Amino acid sequence: MANDTAFHPQNDDKMTEPFLIGDSMTGGYGKGPDILHDCTISVNRGEIAVIVGPNGAGKSTAMKAVFGMLDVRGGAVRLDGDDITALTPQQRVVQGMGFVPQTSNIFTSLTVEENLEMGAFIRRDDFRGTMAQVYDLFPILKEKRLQAAGELSGGQRQQVAVGRALMTQPKVLMLDEPTAGVSPIVMDELFDRIIEVARTGIPILMVEQNARQALEIADKGYVLVQGRNAHTGTGKELLADSEVRRSFLGG
Amino acid sequence: MDLLNSLIVLTNFVLVPALAYGAQLAIGALGVTLIYGILRFSNFAHGDTMAFSTTITILFTWWFQSIGANFGPLPTALLALPFGIAITALLMLGTDRIVYRFYRQQKAKPVILVIVSMGVMFVMNGLVRFIIGVGDQNFADGERFIFTVREFRDWSGLEEGFGIRTTQAITVITAVIVVALLFWFLNKTRTGKSMRAFSDNEDLALLSGINPERVVMVTWLIVAALTTIAGVLYGLDKSFKPFTYFQLLLPIFAAAIVGGLGSPLGAIAGGFVIAFSEVTITYAWKKVLVYALPDGLEPSGLAQLMSTDYKFAVSFVILIIVLLFRPTGLFKGQSV
Amino acid sequence: MNTSVRNTALFAFVGLLILGTGIVQGWNSALLILNMGLISAIMSLGVNLQWGFAGLFNVGVMGFVALGGLAAVLVSMPPVTEAWAAGGLRVIAGLLLGAATIAAAIYARSHMTGRTRSIALLAILIGGFFLFRAVFDGGVSAVEAINPASTGYLGGLGLPILFSWPVGGLLAAGAAWIIGKTALGLRSDYLAIATLGIAEIIIALLKNEDWLARGVKNVIGLPRPVPREIDLQRDAGFVERAASLGLDPVIASTLYTKIGYAILFSIVLIILLWLAQKALNSPWGRMMRAIRDNEVAAEAMGKNVKARHLQIFILGSAICGIAGAMMTTLDGQLTPGSYQPLRFTFLVWVMVIVGGSGNNFGAVLGGLLIWWLWVQVEPLGRGLMELVTSGMADGSSLKKSLLDSAAYMRLFTMGVILLVVLRFSPRGLIPER
Repeated sequence: MANDTAFHPQNDDKMTEPFLIGDSMTGGYGKGPDILHDCTISVNRGEIAVIVGPNGAGKSTAMKAVFGMLDVRGGAVRLDGDDITALTPQQRVVQGMGFVPQTSNIFTSLTVEENLEMGAFIRRDDFRGTMAQVYDLFPILKEKRLQAAGELSGGQRQQVAVGRALMTQPKVLMLDEPTAGVSPIVMDELFDRIIEVARTGIPILMVEQNARQALEIADKGYVLVQGRNAHTGTGKELLADSEVRRSFLGG
Repeated sequence: MDLLNSLIVLTNFVLVPALAYGAQLAIGALGVTLIYGILRFSNFAHGDTMAFSTTITILFTWWFQSIGANFGPLPTALLALPFGIAITALLMLGTDRIVYRFYRQQKAKPVILVIVSMGVMFVMNGLVRFIIGVGDQNFADGERFIFTVREFRDWSGLEEGFGIRTTQAITVITAVIVVALLFWFLNKTRTGKSMRAFSDNEDLALLSGINPERVVMVTWLIVAALTTIAGVLYGLDKSFKPFTYFQLLLPIFAAAIVGGLGSPLGAIAGGFVIAFSEVTITYAWKKVLVYALPDGLEPSGLAQLMSTDYKFAVSFVILIIVLLFRPTGLFKGQSV
Repeated sequence: MNTSVRNTALFAFVGLLILGTGIVQGWNSALLILNMGLISAIMSLGVNLQWGFAGLFNVGVMGFVALGGLAAVLVSMPPVTEAWAAGGLRVIAGLLLGAATIAAAIYARSHMTGRTRSIALLAILIGGFFLFRAVFDGGVSAVEAINPASTGYLGGLGLPILFSWPVGGLLAAGAAWIIGKTALGLRSDYLAIATLGIAEIIIALLKNEDWLARGVKNVIGLPRPVPREIDLQRDAGFVERAASLGLDPVIASTLYTKIGYAILFSIVLIILLWLAQKALNSPWGRMMRAIRDNEVAAEAMGKNVKARHLQIFILGSAICGIAGAMMTTLDGQLTPGSYQPLRFTFLVWVMVIVGGSGNNFGAVLGGLLIWWLWVQVEPLGRGLMELVTSGMADGSSLKKSLLDSAAYMRLFTMGVILLVVLRFSPRGLIPER
């Protein structure tokens, strides 16, 4: 595929366009009303992009739209220049997108190792190398690899969930509120891990409640309000923006 | 010496029969629990599917007997078992295709699927009676005993003895093999793990690229094997009668629920809990007590807690007790 | 087509089926079908109350029907005085002891704590059980020894059998209360298994407790609410009137009796249907359906879901009990061996689903229609098999087995009908409005 597109006239776009982009998306669930309005979310190679905003702003919805979990009626989703708007979530996983849902994101009755194996289900090649990488990133998982994932602590479960998504060797990783419901200490540790994952070269798109901490590690930030882009910029810019500070970061 | 005698009577009338019955219930309950875990409904057609698969096996057994094929001292039915499994598997895949798949795609509520399985139950019921009628069929052949009560008595010199029927031994050995195979499959193979993953978290399984139709197909195949084995073992050990198989639904479900619906380990535990309670409560303990208790204390009556006609009541009461105090079962099952 | 025209047409169609049966197979058969059809419609009304109104999954219909049958015996048969003298009071005392044991256990459970509670509970239950058996067993054997060939049981109250209909409802309601208290509030499949179990237990009780209703020895010759054929035939006035209508007195008497039953059953059906319609359209009915459609929301609005469920479970079961008493009255005998779950539980479910769950008229229609089919599938199947086998040599074993198998056609057909309706018309013939 990559070789074919090398001769494609769109090649120039590929150099300038972000690696993954949900471009001017408008849509909602099934036949329901539109939740997103002309909303654009993207992430560049090697970067971390975060989506923040008040409750009910459509943060998770925007991410789900990028992942194909709702009907996008206007706009397009492109991965590495290829239009993937019509693909199902499963097909997007095959195309190289890794997704960690906010809840029920692990197999609680399976062991940690089995969770990782199931993450690699679509792979027919030897995935032991990838598993070793995941264990390197999350040493605690190696220690607990024969325990049922449901018996782990909240932070450890999130690591299992991220590790599971990494098993497909995704080209981009999407995290839906990875720190929801964990203590501040665990949250800091999780953010450290996420930075580490990003350092391995995988672009990360995530939705976060904890806007300030998330923007601190973000290369790019999106503030959504009622399904629309309200502010866009680098993490630092948004943190410095007085309006963003006033309305979302509590001064 | 008296205590030894009482233990031997206990073995002969309680332990051995309950062990065999428990193994049969356990295999039956495994089928129920797998369907519940993967397809997420209580399959009311299970008893009648057992009757169907046993019917087919009996037909093959008769055919083998007529052409003189046999399995030496073992029942010919064991030879026919693979054929019974194969045909049952075909029937189940066919039923899934024309009946259940539609509701799966509709994402129908579990209770609707239960009602659908009632329809399948009727059809199976009619089918079995079409093929083999309503009467009792005894299809056990081969050696009847591994050793008899008399042989044991002569060997041990005790007053009492116990015997083991071939079918009882086969039941327990087969059950051990089946359970070992099943657990190996579920815990060690990729497909087995994907079934557990699907049962645990359907959405995440789909996200991981697990093909639900394939999981469902494998489930039906395993359930076909389990129902056939359970049905044939029960039929060999007792006898085959379509209506009895329908009634097995109750103890089998009780076993699956007591163990925790959706939990294979629970199904096995539940099978033995139900079987041992049923046998001990409906057994007339007089003979055991006569040996066990000192002279003058032995009971005047039969010392039977409940007549055997109430064996359903036993599974029912255990079921209710478990549901009241531990609704997810002994081993934590699912709740939908 | 507007719904009321359509519904009238459907009922008219069932009417035509029964009329057609009368013309082709004789009025006696037609009335037989009609009478059982009316009773089936009542059972179906009861199940619809539970499933259609409240979404409760009761597969223990057989048990409630059988309790109704028991009521018919207990109310209408004359008391067996010798049996009462021999051990009746002892049996009653035994039962009271049993009840007291359970009451004491429940009291202990709610008024004690910790280990003492467990020990006390065990002691009460085990001690109570043996005490109960000691008193009860002696009474039972004394009662059963009295003329076992014709009585051997305590008999009934000797009241008119019509009283047994409400009593059957009460008995069923009592059983439903016990089951509901324990199993309601659990998951729907658990309630299903629990009701399936209790139905088997009730049948086991009826089969084995000879002192109560003679067990499998059956109670025959129950009193009847309408005149006996034989009495009518001896009645000169009746014979004369029959002759004036050009009827044979024997035929006239059977028709007269059956029409009498049909009228009685119709009255009960109409009353129950009227009540059910009233209930459906009352605030209570709307609340029930609201609970059915969204239990969580209803609970959040302060509705006591469990209590409402218990209420409707008892009501529906009571209706099944009434129908059971009516059926035993029609049969004139109680035969515990004839209660089969497929016939008395699952067939009623087919009636409700095919008729239209949630709609009382649908349930009634389903009851009448499916009962007609249940009866007629067998002759239809035999006709079909005769047609299929007509080319085969007489005496061939295949021909014989095919002809024999016609009897099992009805189970198969009912299954197929249920599956087809669920698939293509899941709301039934007369859908819920």
